Amino acid sequence: MKKFVTHRGTAAPLLKINIDTDAIMPSREMKTVSKTGLGKSLFASWRFIDRGTDQEKLNPEFVLNQQEYSQASILLTGRNMGCGSSREFAVWALVDFGIRAIIAPSFGAIFFTNCIRNGLLPIVLDEQVIASLADYVALNPQANQLNIDLKTCHVIGPDGMTYPFELQSGFQVMLLEGLDAIDVTNKLGKEIDAFKTTDIQKRPWAYLN
Amino acid sequence: MKYTLFDKVWNDHVVTQQDDGADLLHIDRIFLHERTGSAALASIEEGERKIKNPAHVFCTMDHIVDTFPGRTDQTTMPGGSEFIKVTRDLSLKGNITLFDLGDERQGISHVVSPEQGIALPGCTVICPDSHTCTLGGLGALATGVGSSECEHALVTETLRFSKPKQMRVVFAGQLKSGVSAKDMILHLIAAYSAAGGSGYAIEFAGPAVDSLTVEARLTLCNMAVEFSAFTGIIAPDDKVFEYLKGRPYAPSGESWQQAKEYWATLSTDDGAHFDQEIVIDCATISPTVTWGTSPQEAISIDGQVPPLVLEEGDARRSMEQSLAYMGLKPGQSIQGLPIQVAFIGSCTNSRLSDLRIAAAILKGRKVASGVRAICVPGSTQVKQTAEKEGLDQIFLNAGFEWRESGCSMCFYAGGEGFVSGERVITSTNRNFEGRQGPGCRSHLASPATVAASAINGAITDSRKMGAL
Ligand code: SF4
Repeated sequence: MKKFVTHRGTAAPLLKINIDTDAIMPSREMKTVSKTGLGKSLFASWRFIDRGTDQEKLNPEFVLNQQEYSQASILLTGRNMGCGSSREFAVWALVDFGIRAIIAPSFGAIFFTNCIRNGLLPIVLDEQVIASLADYVALNPQANQLNIDLKTCHVIGPDGMTYPFELQSGFQVMLLEGLDAIDVTNKLGKEIDAFKTTDIQKRPWAYLN
Repeated sequence: MKYTLFDKVWNDHVVTQQDDGADLLHIDRIFLHERTGSAALASIEEGERKIKNPAHVFCTMDHIVDTFPGRTDQTTMPGGSEFIKVTRDLSLKGNITLFDLGDERQGISHVVSPEQGIALPGCTVICPDSHTCTLGGLGALATGVGSSECEHALVTETLRFSKPKQMRVVFAGQLKSGVSAKDMILHLIAAYSAAGGSGYAIEFAGPAVDSLTVEARLTLCNMAVEFSAFTGIIAPDDKVFEYLKGRPYAPSGESWQQAKEYWATLSTDDGAHFDQEIVIDCATISPTVTWGTSPQEAISIDGQVPPLVLEEGDARRSMEQSLAYMGLKPGQSIQGLPIQVAFIGSCTNSRLSDLRIAAAILKGRKVASGVRAICVPGSTQVKQTAEKEGLDQIFLNAGFEWRESGCSMCFYAGGEGFVSGERVITSTNRNFEGRQGPGCRSHLASPATVAASAINGAITDSRKMGAL
């Protein structure tokens, strides 16, 4: 997994609440089992007009289509970001597009974990803070970039203002070191076997063979 | 120490605790489907890893398969056949049980899993699908996960979770006649927002929940994820035991006795702590329908689209976008709004009891002209049982299409879908933009409301249909 330690980049404001994973990665765009190459479908319903027809064109109104945000690597969104379907394709599309962090007042729970598993940092900040970051960025998107430091869990915004955020230490370590969750758990093989030995006595009915 | 139902199931699955408070939980059952399960299986294959306990892993074809009579591996969805093929090959290779096309056990994962006795009270169940919470209706601790987490569970039989906070939602009193579990959950989400359950595991309790059939409890828990909850759960009772008895993968013989004794301990102790408690008076719940593009944008069937949020900001912007997408204005009545499509299906409302309720309304009536009406049973078994009861004839005579089982047009995958601008009354769970087809406008409602609306060609209160 790609490590996340620090990141500096352009932040694009997409300040809508309840952005669901169908909007991030429409189901009809998921045409193969593969995780790669999905970035071109990111936010397809919003990014394109007449998608899939010969009339297809970019929607100039959509933030990521605007020249100053085209290199954005951070998203600022409204609350309940990534709600809806569990599809990890949504996160794979974001990563493929080049998004490294998302800052929102809250996230859909499955989406949050999917982000972590793919080296994309989900950051929870207050709605007002996000609004002020968005205002700051809008003044000059390419110059007013945001800095994120995962070691200290801070977002550094306008004039060096810092905003602390919280992340469970297990997740933090995994991202900082780029660890694979399965490898980490496999080290606990003994504990897992011990659990099963006891559990099978207690709940024999739960075991199929 | 007093424990909640959720505490009890959780605690009995903790393998180890991590320093940061997360727990490694044992996962008892894993259910896969060809849409996202295929990605997990493919990733295991690529990483040259192995499924640890194939006996506890099941897979079905539901998301991508067509639901036309006489369907094959070829799909209307571009590229769909690849998902089906990969899933079939890797299920075989991984030695897991697959409910393939043509198998009598095939159907929507969350419908099949209770039906086959795979999900059980006091078990942890995961599936790479957000509506896995449905199974909380049996008293299982069930939650949807992404493909990577699913792969983790397949390889290690465990998953790491931070224990969520806990909320109890008490439905006090009894439901009025003509009001269903679907209306209960839409009412809750409308009242407390689509993010209202964020960070919580939710126990649904109270007299109205006790009175629900097992199938209706599955409907209630199905939409816990639309409330942003970690999951929903209901204490298992005799109705659940009765429901599970004799099902193919349910315990039997001595094991059944042991299971029942254990299950009987699965209820919240008096005085156990909840971080939040909500009480809803069932007298205030009417048939409920969504008007917007979030499940929280729901109103009572005799209500009007609410006025625009006054304050500038994200909420107002989202509401404006919702109204524009749905082609509606504040103050407009939802009842009487013309519809072009009526859809009965999905893991929310496509079980036998749902079809019976719809059929009771459709019997001897005809779908309004110009309305396309479709019924997609939740599983092949539901379909076959319904056919034995003659329900298929009622649907067909009324002018409904009668389909093979699957997710079908609950969501648009690029194959079949509804047309832009079309208004659909649907028994499904998501009314997001484009969910059932690009530009299509979905109104979530109960099967009774869908059936009544199909007949009238406009959104209709089923209680006003009267006897024939
Ligand atoms: S029926 Fe709809 S909501 Fe349920 S699993 Fe299928 S696509 Fe998802």
